[in-house]
Amino acid sequence: MSSIQPLAGYALALGDDALILTQRLGEWVAHAPQIEEDVALANIALDLLGQARTLLSYAGQVEGAGRDEDDLAYLRDDRDFRNVQLTEIPNGDFAVTMARQLVFSAYQYELYTALESSGDATLAGLAGKAVKEVAYHRDHATQWVLRLGDGTDLSHARMQAGLDQVWPYTEELFDPADPASQLPGIAADPAALRPAWHAYVTAVLTEATCQEPEPGWRSRGGRDGLHTEYLGHLLAEMQHLHRSHPGVTW
Amino acid sequence: MTTPSPESRAALLAVARAVPDPELPVLTLGDLGVIRDLRVAGDGAVEVDLTPTYTGCPATAVIADDVRDALREAGADQVRIRTVLAPAWTTDWMSEAGRRKLREFGISPPGPAGGPVKLTFSVRCPHCGSADTREVSHFGSTPCKALWTCRSCAEPFDSFKAL
Repeated sequence: MSSIQPLAGYALALGDDALILTQRLGEWVAHAPQIEEDVALANIALDLLGQARTLLSYAGQVEGAGRDEDDLAYLRDDRDFRNVQLTEIPNGDFAVTMARQLVFSAYQYELYTALESSGDATLAGLAGKAVKEVAYHRDHATQWVLRLGDGTDLSHARMQAGLDQVWPYTEELFDPADPASQLPGIAADPAALRPAWHAYVTAVLTEATCQEPEPGWRSRGGRDGLHTEYLGHLLAEMQHLHRSHPGVTW
Repeated sequence: MTTPSPESRAALLAVARAVPDPELPVLTLGDLGVIRDLRVAGDGAVEVDLTPTYTGCPATAVIADDVRDALREAGADQVRIRTVLAPAWTTDWMSEAGRRKLREFGISPPGPAGGPVKLTFSVRCPHCGSADTREVSHFGSTPCKALWTCRSCAEPFDSFKAL
């Protein structure tokens, strides 16, 4: 994987973020606090799955080794995944998931906005479409962070705890990382996305009467294939059927 | 008609646009605005440009199959479906007829898209026409709809989201 062509690697990294978070959000179905949230989180996951399929298919096409979206999703091991660790950490309670949704959807909103002017037609086309979907995801997370943060003492405490739990994983989104740095004019510079992201999330946190956490440690390395122990378990569930019955169709 | 002439393009386009949407059969694909173009290629194949409503909409694959079947029935032996993402589909492409059919079906049609998501405009209840409604959830039974409820007649209803 280390020798993968930069554009394929970039599409794979963004696709893996979307795919792994899809799988996590799917775990909420039938477990969310309200049936409307079962539906909402499944819909958000479905949008992310659509983005992942486009990106993984494109990565396979650029790579030119005959791998399709299913090969890339189901037949790679954890060290070959390029998602940031934020997307793979367990869902926690609903507040943890909403904290992650706020962080990630606000990041994706800036990412796709920047990629709309990418020199790569496929990435620009996907970004123009996905940014409209992500605007709904971001608004959904915002409404919940406001409602829980500026709610009762209990909901406020749990929202703040959710933010505290997620915040160590935020900086990794903006690390300068290959292959983005090898694709000027095509990839979005991760560090350049941070100011607008930070302005958005801090405005929400302020209105929600929550504090921006100042964690004492931070995650690194997802883009290089370094993951938490949680990813292997997630992949075992996601890949089990495909690997147990290679080539099965129904 | 094994090799459709360029003149038959309009007729084939009408066939493709008349195919009903698999999730919202009151709407045709033409009403929805997802058939972006249709050409008769040099080799005689009919090429259709299709744009998905949402990137993950599961209906997209069914729509492609339905269009292929309808065109084959209309005499096109070879059909190629191209998925085009840009320009991105918007609910502003939905026809007036489509909006009326949605309302009659009990789904409130989309308001104007454009700009960031801020659902500040009022959504009318498709059952009683009241504007005294509220959004229950941004997300509904399909990616394109939100859940609303009417304060006047107390009926829940789907609203097609502006995108």
